[in-house]
Amino acid sequence: MLSKFISLITIIFILSPINISFSQTPENFIKDVTTKASEILKKNIDKSQKSEELIELAKQSVDIKGIGRYTLGKHKKSITNDQLIEYEILFNQYFLKSFSSRLSEYSDPKINVLNQKYLNDKYTMVSSILVGDDKRPEIKIEWRVYTKDPDKLLIRDLIIEGLSLARTQREEFNSVIQGADGNINILFDNLRNFNNS
Amino acid sequence: MKKILITFLAALSISFNCFAGTDGELNLTKNKNGDVKECFESLNRGIFAFNQALDQIIIEPAAKGYRLLPSPIRTGTSNALNNISLVVTIPNNLLQGDLVLAGKNSARFLVNTTIGVLGVFDPASKMGLNDYDKEDWGQTLAKWGVGEGCYLILPVLGPSTLRDASASLVNYSGGNAWYNITVDEDTRYFSDFDFYASRGLTGIDFRAKNIESFNNLEKNSIDFYASVKSLYLQDRKKRILNTDDIIETMDDSDWDEIETN
Repeated sequence: MLSKFISLITIIFILSPINISFSQTPENFIKDVTTKASEILKKNIDKSQKSEELIELAKQSVDIKGIGRYTLGKHKKSITNDQLIEYEILFNQYFLKSFSSRLSEYSDPKINVLNQKYLNDKYTMVSSILVGDDKRPEIKIEWRVYTKDPDKLLIRDLIIEGLSLARTQREEFNSVIQGADGNINILFDNLRNFNNS
Repeated sequence: MKKILITFLAALSISFNCFAGTDGELNLTKNKNGDVKECFESLNRGIFAFNQALDQIIIEPAAKGYRLLPSPIRTGTSNALNNISLVVTIPNNLLQGDLVLAGKNSARFLVNTTIGVLGVFDPASKMGLNDYDKEDWGQTLAKWGVGEGCYLILPVLGPSTLRDASASLVNYSGGNAWYNITVDEDTRYFSDFDFYASRGLTGIDFRAKNIESFNNLEKNSIDFYASVKSLYLQDRKKRILNTDDIIETMDDSDWDEIETN
């Protein structure tokens, strides 16, 4: 009996890292992130403090570097390493500023996380609903969660009513670069202007 | 009927001519928005700026005023406008070969126009006739394999494509029963005003539902024109495919290349 008990404990011990790594499903991860965001937005603090807390949350839960590279699209192949480093710094600032600005418009968003859909080893889509109110209709939001490292799940895209924010961002940046005859420095100038505004 | 056919064929021909330079590549499912040609970018940007000014002076204030109306009035208005749009959706369901949906939408139209008092109420949804998606002549052309052609910004009306703009002319050549009984035919019950008021209200109702989203997008864009273009083309693609399944409309290959860990 004792040996069986010890074997069981051993098996549980050996398997525990696996259990821990799957303890947070992408669905629970999004529930956790949206709950934290909602708590921040409900707090009775000024807008700049809210922004700071939202930025911290984004740093922990969003793959800003990955989104930045995706957003650069085909241009990431034609830029130098120095330009890529500069871009990543500018994009990081740009993303966090626009992220906090977009979210801080909401005072008490209610997001119901519905389910998740496994796409492949790297991605799971989590479906949710932003509950409508008297002013806004109900909005369907899907979260593209990067699951390559099960211990560190990260958000890579938000698809609002079927419209991808990352894709929109990429097409916007592409338009700026194309409008400048392929000169990526013009995109950098635009990002700098936005970050300093 | 002859007029509708001629206009529809003309729209088809304009769209095909415009696509003569694309080697007939009409990838409907996973093509990127970048594939839609920017033939008139300077002109488009000019009209876009004009539309933004118009929005700032007239449309947004009107949308904000509309939002002050009690919720049941806004819902009723929205329902009635959706009901009117069925007269374009139903023939397009048929042309796209979706007979079941055409039947459901016809039943929906009959129930809401009668029991629902000209569409103000929506009893059809409670009867299970609730899977309603608007269809138009441009979507039908797309289903038939016609590509978007060039991207266009229309004065007042906003983003479109050469295919969709030319196809919309069918509405004014007999293809829109609501236009026919208000503007085209002199009936005792309706006037031109009813048609144009319904068009105006559709725009204001849409704007009222998106005040924060639009303003937020504008505030956080470095090229607002490009952001609107991307969102419009993504939305159009989703509507043409009639799917809520984002996977079908997304190209995952670009994500697959991104490795940051």
